[in-house]
Amino acid sequence: MLTLENVFVNYGAIEALTGISMHVEQGEVVTLIGANGAGKTTTLRTITGLLEPRQGRIIYEGEDIGGRPTHKLVARGISMSPEGRGVFANLSVRENLQMGAYLIKDRGKVAADMDRAFKMFPRLKERESQKAGTLSGGEQQMLAMGRALMSNPRLLLLDEPSLGLAPLVVHTIFEAIDEIRGKGTTILLVEQNAHAALSHSDRAYVLETGRIVMEGPSKELAADPRIKEAYLGE
Amino acid sequence: MSTFLQQLINGVSLGAIYSLIALGYTMVYGVLKLINFAHGDVYMVGAFMGYYLANGLGVRGAQALGMSADGLLARGLLGSGAMEPSLITALAVMLLAMAICAALGVIIERFAYRPVRKYSRLTALITAIGVSLLLENGGQVVFGADPKFFPELFKKRNIELFGGASINSADIIVLVIALALMIGLQLVVFRTKTGRAMRAVSFNLQSAKLMGINTDRIIAFTFALGSALAAAAGVLVAIRIPRIDPLMGILVGLKAFVAAVLGGIGNIPGAMLGGLLIGVTETMVVGYLSPTYKDAVAFAILILILLFRPSGLLGSVSQEKV
Ligand SMILES: Nc1ncnc2c1ncn2[C@@H]1O[C@H](COP(=O)(O)OP(=O)(O)OP(=O)(O)O)[C@@H](O)[C@H]1O
Ligand SMILES: [Mg+2]
Repeated sequence: MLTLENVFVNYGAIEALTGISMHVEQGEVVTLIGANGAGKTTTLRTITGLLEPRQGRIIYEGEDIGGRPTHKLVARGISMSPEGRGVFANLSVRENLQMGAYLIKDRGKVAADMDRAFKMFPRLKERESQKAGTLSGGEQQMLAMGRALMSNPRLLLLDEPSLGLAPLVVHTIFEAIDEIRGKGTTILLVEQNAHAALSHSDRAYVLETGRIVMEGPSKELAADPRIKEAYLGE
Repeated sequence: MSTFLQQLINGVSLGAIYSLIALGYTMVYGVLKLINFAHGDVYMVGAFMGYYLANGLGVRGAQALGMSADGLLARGLLGSGAMEPSLITALAVMLLAMAICAALGVIIERFAYRPVRKYSRLTALITAIGVSLLLENGGQVVFGADPKFFPELFKKRNIELFGGASINSADIIVLVIALALMIGLQLVVFRTKTGRAMRAVSFNLQSAKLMGINTDRIIAFTFALGSALAAAAGVLVAIRIPRIDPLMGILVGLKAFVAAVLGGIGNIPGAMLGGLLIGVTETMVVGYLSPTYKDAVAFAILILILLFRPSGLLGSVSQEKV
């Protein structure tokens, strides 16, 4: 479904990605783990067209999408819950979800999708008309994910959805991830919580300073001594 | 008391014009975090477009003031017969001037600001100053440096108030039109899908893109909207005081900018409020203190806001992200 071939990305003179190659197949949950500054966010931002690759190809559903404007990619079924959540703080929960359905014309469909989001995260339903800026971190994360789903993506990118959340909320978030994959949406998950990410995904890539240093089925990586030491703290 | 009322109506009428211009500063700041220094000059172009259109449509009042060669030329080009000065004429002139300036705003955004958007904000700021100088000097070349006299678009009357004071009907009409435009803008921004996208872009550009919003188009639309309102202000000003010149946008632009800062830059109701406050204060100072201080008012207010409430009256504190 998605293939990155030898992708390089720079911020000015700073090289953030130095030739990464990876692929995500239809229906999979793939996770990308790595330390701070490894280039995880950069990878997702490049896939969504927020950054342009300096070199290399990004092939989505058979077409090179490198450097395409983000709004066109959203229309083609890519959606992202960004790092830091990026909710519209001055808008209510409901309005945020409506924003997520910006490209969908059918109002009945939007209403049905909103019900679906509220079913997945009942906490959001309770806070429907509250301003997003006043939500707790966990609620904002739920909102960011719910909003990303409102465009009915085929490929969902999640950037550190569990960052800074209490264990119980982390649990809710990962349950939601299981539920989303159960409905057939392909997911590329970026996480620092390697333990949870590896137990909720099919395959994993490990990113270190802009390059992929390890890859394989999540189960195998979770058992790998190097991963255990560096990312699982065992 | 009636003098006070007279001053107040004058002030609100002038203030509504500042508000219209301030809205353009504030909306563009909202979506681009850019102070569009050329905005006051778009207002000037709006006034001149109104002038040429009015002459072109052959508004009678033009002859009374002696029609200029430009006016005759424009009239020849448009080839229309004389139009009676009326409110309809005034509205037609204003709407056409708005359409032309909307296009000008889109062109400025597309060819001056968009190419430098990926560089630092300082680059954008310098570009804005460049565009401003271009319009001012270009205006002097194209329109001529001498002031021009705007034809009377409709018959002005004095309306007697109780107690001997009187107000000009033009002030009332300017005020009504300006308020109608501001209500229209509110509807666009808060009730339409494009308005929702504008607000999304100004809250968070990256998130707006991720919603599937074509942010380039929304930014262009914002320039169109702001420039159209500035053009309306240009025509309305000329209805009140019919003397226009290519540098008229500098001072008024600055005052409107202060109005936007006073209300809280980026905040739409704030720009409306700020404009009205500056207009009323200015008129009161002229009426009760001395006309000498007319242009100092806005700057005194600017200093006070920067000292005591830098985020403006309605702006939220530290909205700014770097
Ligand atoms: N806007 C930017 N300008 C310059 N350098 C940047 C920018 N954004 C990221 N970088 C650099 O690119 C590298 C990769 O950053 P990135 O945000 O992709 O890391 P990350 O893996 O997501 O880290 P984290 O886990 O902390 O979110 C880092 O060295 C970072 O300093
Ligand atoms: Mg990151």
